[in-house]
Parts: sequence; structure tokens; C-alpha cells
Amino acid sequence: MDPIIKLEGISKQFGKVNALEDISFQLFPGEVHCLLGDNGAGKSTLIKILSGVHRPSRGEFLFEGKPVHLDSPRQALDMGIATVFQDLAMLSLMSITRNFFLGREPKKRLGPVQLFDATYAARITEEELRKIGIKIRDADQPVGTLSGGERQAVAIARAVYFGAKVLILDEPTSALGVKEAAVVLKYIVQSKLKGIGVIFITHNVHHAWAVGDTFTVLNRGRSYGTFKREETHRENLLQMMAGGEELDELAVELDLISKRDPGQAGEIEHRMAKELE
Amino acid sequence: MNFKKLLTRPEFGAFVAAVGIFVFFAAVAGEGFLSISGTINYLEVAAQVGILAVSVSLLMIAGEFDLSVGSMIGASGMIIALAVTQFDWPLWLAIIVAFLFSLVVGYVNGWLVIKTRLPSFIITLASMFLLRGLTIGFTLLITNVTRASGLGTYTEGDFLAPLFLGRPLGLPISIWWWIGLSLILGWMLFRTPFGNWVFAAGGDALAARNVGVPVARVKISLFMLTAASATLLAIIQVLDTGSADVLRGEQKELEAIASAVIGGCLLSGGYGSVYGAAIGALILGMVQEGIVFTRISTDWFRAVLGGMLLAAVLLNNYLRHRALRSR
Ligand SMILES: Nc1ncnc2c1ncn2[C@@H]1O[C@H](COP(=O)(O)OP(=O)(O)OP(=O)(O)O)[C@@H](O)[C@H]1O
Ligand SMILES: [Mg+2]
Repeated sequence: MDPIIKLEGISKQFGKVNALEDISFQLFPGEVHCLLGDNGAGKSTLIKILSGVHRPSRGEFLFEGKPVHLDSPRQALDMGIATVFQDLAMLSLMSITRNFFLGREPKKRLGPVQLFDATYAARITEEELRKIGIKIRDADQPVGTLSGGERQAVAIARAVYFGAKVLILDEPTSALGVKEAAVVLKYIVQSKLKGIGVIFITHNVHHAWAVGDTFTVLNRGRSYGTFKREETHRENLLQMMAGGEELDELAVELDLISKRDPGQAGEIEHRMAKELE
Repeated sequence: MNFKKLLTRPEFGAFVAAVGIFVFFAAVAGEGFLSISGTINYLEVAAQVGILAVSVSLLMIAGEFDLSVGSMIGASGMIIALAVTQFDWPLWLAIIVAFLFSLVVGYVNGWLVIKTRLPSFIITLASMFLLRGLTIGFTLLITNVTRASGLGTYTEGDFLAPLFLGRPLGLPISIWWWIGLSLILGWMLFRTPFGNWVFAAGGDALAARNVGVPVARVKISLFMLTAASATLLAIIQVLDTGSADVLRGEQKELEAIASAVIGGCLLSGGYGSVYGAAIGALILGMVQEGIVFTRISTDWFRAVLGGMLLAAVLLNNYLRHRALRSR
């Protein structure tokens, strides 16, 4: 199978800051590709290149085998690259329906005037949200009344409805509680099963490990490489994300504590596991 | 529509206030206030603010201000007066040129706001002074006085004048324009894709642009709309009074913004209602004219207006928070 997105030797400078250096990256249809890395690693910069917000300083960007130069997010959207940005980009005072169809309003004609077909829009919105398992009492309510997870759901449903081939999610689970995060992970799997290539950015290795097929770890703008699920394991990814050393230190500390006080160490480990899971 | 939904509409607060104020003046000054001439009086005052306020509210929902509409009234009035009295243009041509001039000014306002990324408050504050200063300067240069009168005779036989003059069905034409504009613009805001873009441009311009909303085009066209509505008001005033004055329209921009805010528009954009702004103008009209029929001196009008504005902002803030909490 051919990759739907292929980046080769992509670099991006902001003035003197090297946000990305020589990144190569592939995404296949029906794959969940997790993009991992610490704060400032360059994850958002990379997906902003994919979504047409930034242009790469160097390197090649192929979409379905052909080189592309994106000038705007709208252009990426029209090609089938849909992005749910970190700041979510939803208008909280606008209704769910209006957000869902923003920029692609369904129209009906009234003589020479183009009207916003509100009934149709509301019906589709409710339908699409029901499909991914969200029941909205009223699609006319402002997006601001939704929880973080529900907003992610609306954004994902919108991308799927408008025929995304690539779905990019920038930290969709970071601001969510455990249950809501699990629901968003479920949407990711649903999208993948539809044949959509998903790029899933997260800090949380456990979230990544739960749904990911492929993992790319960034660190200060460089790639540690891309790993298939079969080729790696969770601790490996954790180690790379943290840059290795800090985590080793943590392990040593835990080891020390456990020698002094086995009960407490167990409790800490238990707490961490609960926290992370 | 159920009652709860009604409660969360942006113009709900203004609607309740309008009813309350009507009842108040009906009770304390019933005879004058409720008479036909009294009613027409306050409706006409409301209409003059309302013609501006409905388009200003759209611009505010799109996240921008236009402080230059007041100066635009003075400028348009003088353009028409000078063109007709000094240069012997037919009235209809003067009217068309005044509208074209306002569209150019609106375009430049919008273009500058988009290009410089400066707050529209600053850009249109500058154009407010510029327009007023140029109006005074050129008028004095051409005529040596700051007023032009005797325009009444030029309306006869003019084919455009009837649109802006007279009292169809007994109501001053400004009232018809106010109602008509409110209905058309309010309908446009809720029922067309363009209306959706207006909300989006003011709610989060970047997010809107990311999904392909032509934010710059939306904002620039609304600046053109506010300027043109100022010209519309200027024409109505000039034809009604038969005169133009370089100072006409001063502070109208603030009254229009006050009406929009009373009507539920959020100063930061992304939220509001055209109908609300129309009701806000009605409130201004009722208070300004209602005071005349009471024993209170009209000198208190501005104090009342200020108090109302403050109360409106607090009430609308409260209602909006409720709207976001109701699930
Ligand atoms: N528009 C910009 N102008 C200048 N520097 C930028 C810009 N965007 C990002 N950077 C810099 O590029 C680097 C990578 O940032 P980026 O936002 O891609 O990191 P990230 O991996 O998404 O981090 P986080 O996990 O905090 O979201 C950082 O050093 C950041 O300061
Ligand atoms: Mg980021």
C-alpha cells in the first residue's frame, strides 16, 4: 500500500529557532500514527505544515504520491486533510450546527438569495453525532455548553462527514478526564476503521499505546525515528520521550525507596499507574 | 420555540427592558407619551439611531467598531448640499455620489483594519476626526459658512427623492427604513451563510479563516455597510430639514454602539443580534422623548442613558453566562 502522506527531509525555521530539522514521515490509510514528544518538540509545527498553516523551509511534501504546496488550511481541507487544532478552533458562542457547517454551509435558494439551510444542517449534525455515539439534546445549543470531550467529538465527526482522508488531532485527550479521554480514543479507532489515516499527537504514551499502529518520537525538532507497534514497547517510547536520563533517574529513586520501604514504593507505583492509565 | 430558548436569546434582556420602559412612561406620562404624535415622535428618534445601530451591530458581531459613522453623516450631508447648491447637480446624482463616497470610506476603513491589524477602534477614531475635519475645511473653502440650507426646492420632480422623503401611511420615512433594515439585516444574520460568517469572524477570526471563511471580505463589506447607513440617515435628514450642517451626526456613533450593546451585542464580538440593536434604539428613543412628557428635565437624558447602558451590560453578561450553562 502507498502512503497517503509522505514527508522527506522537512525542516522549519522560525527566525533562528529550528523548530524542525530533517524530518521524514509517512502516513498510510487506516493507520493511527502517533506523534510523541515533550513540550516544544515540534509536534504542532509538523502538523501545521501538514494542514497548510506553515510552509516548510526545506524538504518535500507528497500527498497521494504527488508533491503539494499548501497555501492555506482551506486548501488542505479541500484535499481531505482535516485538522483538529490544539486550541480546538470552535466558536463557543455559536451553535453546534453552525460550527459543524462553518465554511461549508448547506444552501437552499430563495429566488436570487442563497439561504443557510438550517433544518438540513441541524438534521445532519444530529445524525452524524449520533453515529459516533453522542446524543445532543439540541443541536442549536452553543458549543460552549459542551464538555471538552464532546467538542472533540463534534470536531472529529465534522472531519469525517466532510470526507477527510487524513485526520490530524493535536492533543485531543490532554485536557480531558479519564472517561472522556477513553471516548476520544474510541473515535480515533472508529475513524481508522473507516480507512482514514489518523495522526494522533499526545504527551501521554499510554493513550498512544492504546490505539497506535505506528509511533514517531520527536525531540527538540529532530526525529528519534518511526517504530511499528511490533518493533517497540511502551517503556521504550517513554524513555525516548523523556530523553532517557530523567526516567532512568526516576527508576533508580523508586528502586531506592523500594529497598527502604517496599510498601510505600508499591503505593507510589500503583498511584502512578492509576494516574497514567 | 420554547420559553427557555427565548430566555437565552441575546435580545431577550433588551426586549424586557423595552416593555418595562414603555409601561413606565405610559404610567407617569401617559397622555403625551401614548398620543399618536407622541408615539411618532419617539419612533422617529429611535429610527434615526436605529438605522445606524442595526448595521453597527452586525459590525460589532463581526468583532469591529466603527466610530466614523457620525462624521460620515456630516460629510454625506454636506456633499449632497454642496453638489446641489454650489455645483447645480441634480439631486439624484448627488445622492448616488454620496453613497459611492461612503462605500469608498467604508472600504478604506476595513482595508486598513485588516492590513494594519490595528484595532478598528483606533483606525475609525482617526477617520472620525479626518472626515469631520475635511468636511468642515472643504465646506468653508467652498462656501465660507458651515451650513447649507434651502435644499427643499430641489426635491421636486427628482426620481430618487421619494425614497428618502415624506410620510408613507402617516409614518416618517425614517421609521420605514429602520424597520425594513432591521428585518432584512436580522434575517440575513440568522438565515444566510454570510450571517454565519459574521458570527465566526467576530468569535475567532483565525479559526474561521482556517475553515475557509473569507474573514477580510466579511469585515470590509460590513464597514461599507455602516458607512452607507450613515449616508442613508444623512440623506433623510437633509431632505427632511432642507439643510445640512458640518457638525451633524456628532456622537451618533456612540448612540449606535450603545443601542447595539443594550440589544445584547458583545463588545468583543461573536455574539449579538440585529433585532436587539433595533430594540436598543427603540429604548433610546422612548427614553429621550418620554422624558419630555414627564416633569423631569431633559438635561438628565444622558445620565439616564449612561445608567441604562451599564445596567444593560451587566444584565446581558448575566444572561449570556446562563445561556452557556444551560444544557
Ligand atoms: N510561530 C512560531 N514562531 C516562532 N517560534 C515558534 C512558532 N511556533 C513554534 N515555535 C517554536 O518551535 C518549537 C516547537 O514548537 P511546537 O509548538 O511545534 O511544539 P510542540 O511539540 O507542539 O509542543 P507542545 O507539546 O507544548 O504543544 C518551540 O521552540 C516553539 O517555541
Ligand atoms: Mg503543540
